[in-house]
Parts: sequence; structure tokens; C-alpha cells
Amino acid sequence: MYGFEAMTFNIHGGYLEAIVRGHRAGLLTAADYNNLCQCETLDDIKMHLSATEYGPYLQNEPSPLHTTTIVEKCTLKLVDEYKHMLCQATEPLSTFLEYITLRWNMAAQMVGLLQYVSWDVSRTLFRCCGDAVLLTGLFGSDSQRKTNILTASFRYGHMIDNVVLIVTGTLHERDVQELLEKCHPLGMFDSIATLAVAQNMRELYRLVLVDTPLAPYFSECITSEDLDDMNIEIMRNTLYKAYLEDFYKFCQKLGGATAEIMSDLLAFEADRRAVNITINSIGTELTRDDRRKLYSNFGLLYPYGHEELAVCEDIDQVRGAMEKYPPYQSIFSKLSYGESQMLDKAFYEEEVKRLCLAFEQQVCTGYRGHPFFS
Amino acid sequence: MSRTSMVGDSSSWSTALVKISPYTFSAIGIAIAIGVSVLGAAWGIYITGSSLIGAAIKAPRITSKNLISVIFCEAVAIYGVIVAIILQTKLESVPSSQIYAPESLRAGYAIFASGIIVGFANLVCGLCVGIIGSSCALSDAQNSSLFVKILVIEIFGSALGLFGVIVGIIMSAQATWPAK
Repeated sequence: MYGFEAMTFNIHGGYLEAIVRGHRAGLLTAADYNNLCQCETLDDIKMHLSATEYGPYLQNEPSPLHTTTIVEKCTLKLVDEYKHMLCQATEPLSTFLEYITLRWNMAAQMVGLLQYVSWDVSRTLFRCCGDAVLLTGLFGSDSQRKTNILTASFRYGHMIDNVVLIVTGTLHERDVQELLEKCHPLGMFDSIATLAVAQNMRELYRLVLVDTPLAPYFSECITSEDLDDMNIEIMRNTLYKAYLEDFYKFCQKLGGATAEIMSDLLAFEADRRAVNITINSIGTELTRDDRRKLYSNFGLLYPYGHEELAVCEDIDQVRGAMEKYPPYQSIFSKLSYGESQMLDKAFYEEEVKRLCLAFEQQVCTGYRGHPFFS
Repeated sequence: MSRTSMVGDSSSWSTALVKISPYTFSAIGIAIAIGVSVLGAAWGIYITGSSLIGAAIKAPRITSKNLISVIFCEAVAIYGVIVAIILQTKLESVPSSQIYAPESLRAGYAIFASGIIVGFANLVCGLCVGIIGSSCALSDAQNSSLFVKILVIEIFGSALGLFGVIVGIIMSAQATWPAK
């Protein structure tokens, strides 16, 4: 019954909920970010981070530090905490955790941006550690405390990213070992290295993916075409769409507060992806029908918004389509006409705001998932 | 005869009820007093304990202070034990001609009611204190100034069990069996 979960939630979820809330206390604060802003070198960063929860992970690194090392260690902290939670979780929480996807592209961005250390170090670190923080801090989803553990979902998104990374890398003839090192640790699974041998999608599926948890998501995108850049992106988006819909159905099934909170977050995610797909495919050879196939079938924009987005040819038309929906109108009103770079940042801020709000509900599984979901 | 003096019409259910020995009711009352109280206490302790353990990983300083929540839950079980002991001292044997006398029935029902009152009041009190205790541990881990304020809520919660005990003891004072 909605409202009485507190009586039985702690059986399965009490310990994990308390741990998640403990992680929240370990998030970097505004004061930490101010300190990091004033750092001049990477060693200063290491020194400032040593007073935070990331300290033990960085203290054994010899100088000179590389940016990749910092990112790697911070990610490692996240992975360790996630694995601990996964071990302690029971069903359906463990399935939920595996669903949570975390698009962790921050590492790649951070590596690129940290080369310019003197230029706004804080912003890059924020995006890197901020996500880590959000990941560890936001715990739990939905009110169904016993379903609080969103362990499983977390990994699928990373798995999808890793699969696409390796296939793309092989296409551009990079070394497999190098690619494996770049993969996100939470998305690793056995036999990931054999992805490099596949020539087209059918082989990809038959050789490797049929044994992984990603197998059900492939039914929509198996073709015999050879893998090239365009097809890989389409494959990534189709997979991600299938995963989002699956996760949405799972949350609906859990019911209660989890369904409420996660539906809101997933709907926002689906809409954000729709907008991104639209903007990125303007001017490419992606047809309107293909574009429409990549949109998820839930969310605020479904189905009328999708109809409008599918025929958009430039950013202003996208803006026109989105301004009919009040939550997105406020996002787009922050941008002036013709500017699309800030859109990413605006969406990101909105997402963080929603995740923090979700965290405020105590007895929810949803609050478990948020950090990871970011 | 007990039947004609106890009930207005001759319904078979009411006959069946008054033919149950008052000692049955007393025994059930005493069992509920202790059994359900302990259920409430245990429920509260596990709710508090699981949160306390998890929160204490990142904030070890909260452990000693937050044991108070566990103690409040435990107090609920102690109330149950005390009342059960009091109730069983109220049992007296009466000669078999008097077992179904109105006064015996009244004594039996009084003990039964007292047991139910105490048992269920302690059940919900234990639950209440447990849930508050879990929130108390989690908030204390984030911000230690919150502990005392939430403790006040917990004290109000544990007063509920006390109300149950008081009323239960007053009820059981009425359990006077007929003189031999």
C-alpha cells in the first residue's frame, strides 16, 4: 500500500538506503569546487581531493599525474561503491540497479578538456566528479523500498556504450587492447573482446551479444548490412531506445513511488534523447522515418511532439516544436536564437535538478537510482 | 442460570460465547500482552538497526547516541513483560459452580481486554519508534544538530506504549473473581 512501505522497506533496503545517504554526505560541496577552481596544477588538485572521499584513491599515485589517472581513480571509486551495493541488493532491487544506465562520457570529455588546465579546471572536474558524486549520492528509486536497489539497470547503459566503442574502434582499425582499456568498467562483460571480430550486425549478435543481458534489445536492429559509422550510431540509438522502454516498463511494474519518480526521470531522458537525435541528424542522410523510429514511445513528447520533431530541419523549428511543452519551454528560453551549444548544459542542469528532487523522498527506491541515472 | 441472566434472546452464538471459560480468555489475553508487544519491539528494532548500521559506515560517531532509539523499542517489550506478569497474578481459581457466574466472566474479559490493549498499543508504538529511529540515524549522520530534535519526536512516540500500559493496568484492576 502506498504510504506504509516504511514498515517493511528496511528488511531488504534499510542498509543500502543508509549507505547511499552516507555517500551523499561524501559529495563534493561548493566549497570544494571553489578550491579546485583555484588550483594551478594537477598536483594541487590531488592535494585538494585528498581531503575529500576521493583521497584514498588518489594518494598512491606518483607525480607527475595525468588527467586520465584522476578520472580513472574517481571512476574506480564509483565502481567500487556500485559493486558493494550490487552485492548487498536483493531482487527486484538488483535488477533495478542493473537497469540504471549511466552515460559516463565525462571521462572522455575530461581528458580532452583537462589538457587546458588553466582554463576552467573546475568546470571539467565538476562534470567528471559531479557525475560521480551524483552517482554515489543519489540512491534509491521508488517508494518500494524493497525494490530500491537499482543495481542492474546501471550497467546496461554502460554495456551499450562499451559495445559501440569497441565496434567503432575496430572499424577505424584501432588496437583491441587499447579499446578495452577505454571501456567503462561497469559495462564490462565476458567475451567483450570478441566484438572486434564481427563484420556485420548479424554476426555481432550471433557471436557475442546473444549471451549478454543486451540480447533482447537487439531484435529491432539486426540487419545484414556491414557496420559503418552511420549504422553504428543508428544501432546505438536503437539499442538505447529498447533499453529505455524496457526500463520504463520495469518501473511501471514496480509501482508505487518508484514508478512515479522513475517515470518522470525516464520521460525526461527520452525527450532529451529525442531532441538530441533531431538536432544531430539535421543535415545528415538520416531519413524522417528512420529518425522517427529512433524516438522512444513514452515521454512528454510522445506522440505529437515526435511528429513535429521528425519534420524539423533546423534548430529554430526544433525550438518551435518544444516550446509547446512548459517544462521544455523554460529550458529553451534560456538560449538565444541560433545557439545550440548551451542546450546540452541546460538539459544537464535540468536533469540534475530533477535528480536532486527525487532524492528528497526518503523511502523510495527511486532515490537509489538517481545518482546512477545521471 | 448463566444463559438466561446473561443474554436477552436465546441466540446460539451468544450462548456459545458465554460458555467459553473465562480462563481461556484470560490466558489468551496474557499471551497477546507479551507476544504482540515483543513483535512490536522486534519490528522497531530491526527497522532502526538496519539504517543505523548502514549510516554508521560513513559516520561512525552516530552509533552510541542512536542506541537510544533501540532502547526505546526495547522498552516496549519490557512493558509487555511487566503487564503479562501483573495479569497472571490476577488469576485465581474459583469453584466450578462459579466459573460461569457473571463476575467470573467479567474478570476473564477484563484480563483479556487488558492483554489486547497492552499488546496492540505496544505493537504500534514499537513500529512508530522504529521508523522514527531509522530516520533519526540517517539525519544524524548528515547533520548532528538534528539528533536531539528528532529524539523529541521519538519520545512522543514512545508515550503511546505507556498509555496502553496505564489503561491496561487499570482494566486489570477490575479483574475480581467471585469470592469462594
